[in-house]
Amino acid sequence: MAVLLEPELEQKGSTLETLLQTPDGKRILTCIQCGTCAGTCPYGEYMEFPPRRIINMLRRGRIEEVFKSDSMLRCVACYACMTKCPRGIRLSDILLPLVKEQTLINHPSIPAELQKTLQNTLRYGNPMGESSRKRVAWKVTAPVPVPVMAELQRPVDVLWFVECYTAYYGRGQDNSRATAKLLNALGIDFAILGNEEKCAGDCGQLTWESGLFETLTDYNMEIFKKYKFNRLITGDAHAYNAFRIRYPMYGFNYRVDHTHMLLAEKLEQLKPKLTKKLNYTVTYHDSCCLGRRAGMYDEPRALLRAITGVKLVEMVHNHANAICCGGGGGGMWLDTFFKSKNMERLSERRVKEAIATGADVLAVSCPYEIFRFEDALKVIPHEKPMIVRDVVELLAESLGD
Amino acid sequence: MNLIVLLKMVPDTVEELNVASDGKSLDSEYLRFKLNDPDEHALEEALLLKERVGGKVTVVALDAPEVDDVLFMALAKGADRAVKIPADQASLGTVATARMFATFLASGGGQITPDTLVLPGSQAIDDLEGEVAAYLGEALSLPYVGVVSSVSPVNGKVVVLKEFSGGMRGEYEVTLPAVLGIQSAEKPPRYVPVAKVRAVMKSAKIETADIAPPELAKALVVERMYKPEAAGRAQMLEGTPEDIAARIAGLLTERGII
Repeated sequence: MAVLLEPELEQKGSTLETLLQTPDGKRILTCIQCGTCAGTCPYGEYMEFPPRRIINMLRRGRIEEVFKSDSMLRCVACYACMTKCPRGIRLSDILLPLVKEQTLINHPSIPAELQKTLQNTLRYGNPMGESSRKRVAWKVTAPVPVPVMAELQRPVDVLWFVECYTAYYGRGQDNSRATAKLLNALGIDFAILGNEEKCAGDCGQLTWESGLFETLTDYNMEIFKKYKFNRLITGDAHAYNAFRIRYPMYGFNYRVDHTHMLLAEKLEQLKPKLTKKLNYTVTYHDSCCLGRRAGMYDEPRALLRAITGVKLVEMVHNHANAICCGGGGGGMWLDTFFKSKNMERLSERRVKEAIATGADVLAVSCPYEIFRFEDALKVIPHEKPMIVRDVVELLAESLGD
Repeated sequence: MNLIVLLKMVPDTVEELNVASDGKSLDSEYLRFKLNDPDEHALEEALLLKERVGGKVTVVALDAPEVDDVLFMALAKGADRAVKIPADQASLGTVATARMFATFLASGGGQITPDTLVLPGSQAIDDLEGEVAAYLGEALSLPYVGVVSSVSPVNGKVVVLKEFSGGMRGEYEVTLPAVLGIQSAEKPPRYVPVAKVRAVMKSAKIETADIAPPELAKALVVERMYKPEAAGRAQMLEGTPEDIAARIAGLLTERGII
């Protein structure tokens, strides 16, 4: 059984204590201790305190012991536990982030890679620690003009929030270049924020750091207020998640869609333009934030099917059962920690499933997955070559020139 | 222990550094400042000592861009007092900087008690002089050891590890009070949650200590600042990966490297 819990507005500044006074908090205490959460958790067997035990400790007044353990470092915020919980407890939305936050405050040290990432995101507005003045640098490599709000000085229909990996890293920029080409082909009036944009902060929130998240949210909200636009899109499943679930607590009430949703909406208009045949067998990986958290399973698949020559095959775990790439909740910067604990990289577990389908292409919808799966493919033996592509990259390729 | 950490702000090299039109300084248009790395380690070492033997940590800095953020960060990490000396750090040379800190420490602002350790970073990335700690020891007539990577209190004294080039280390017993230039703390500098820094910004105060700069603020004058000039000795190979690989192998063989 999998359920889709609609985002609900929580009070900002919630703590475990105040949470237990709310209806959602009271629901936590109705846990029947069935253990579905621990069983469905991709790292459940490595956790000293999986969600079931956290709730048990909470009921027994021993939650402090959970804060002192590094168990929560293994949570990749994949929403599997919350989606499967028969009591509808909002584990990943509420309980786990609050426990993570306390772990960070109570734990004597955090893994160096994660610490550096959090510090970089605060100082430079991106996890990689690149200069904030270079965020827009990819724009000159785009195949079509990419207008920047500050230069445009007029309202636009679509504000495109590019995000970090898709702005700074070459393979991420491929996604941005493809998106620009598609928006242009559809005649969409769009612009980006350029160097004014900072990380949306999803992993700040889901990775322990509410203060960092608030700093980024306050900043981005001020930037949004400077401009007029009808809707916001982003190709980053995590940014989409943050805008959809967390930003409303800070007054965000714009319409927000993942790029794939906008493209799926315009599919009839896009289809005749997809003239180049791509003879690929493709398997699609449901990202956690779009799949389990937003129920967006059909749109990316519809986009892939619209490409002539593409044959879609499914991995053994798909839709609500898809296995996380391991990058969420800070996992993107915890690979060395996981390795030190002899934990298998989830991206490796996942590409084994992709390889087993016999597909040529592993299609994705979240920028983290490009890096995680391309890296995993380097170490997992496979005879037939496999490439990783965001859905927009395949669409842009099919667009021809 | 009475632990006094001296903090210096240095240019952030994540931002591209350019020479200003005067040819003698850095272009300040996009320049950002961050805490000097060894100073962050000095703060960490002080916090570790406080946790181990108790005491009080005071952080002191001259005025520089973004210095308030760093002082609040230090308070959030566990420093007890933060003091800013409102004199422009950039206008002072090394000797003048050491005199400013010496005056502050001698004036009662810092109070050199018998259990005092003054902990500057061993050197800063902007000048690589590494002399403030030594000048300070001289000005205050206190023992000084630089390039320190470990401090252990033993019977009212401290045993310190000093790093030398070539991987050599020396162990010294130092009587207190003393000045130690810290190269690295025993553990990497800790993380402090942003929410905690924000809370400290609302609740804590940065003290100011007015100290008049010495008359001769700068002993050295910058004549020219310039980017490294390319010597043109690099040879670029072009062609297919196979051709290039073959030529690299050829060149390495030719020069007797393989």
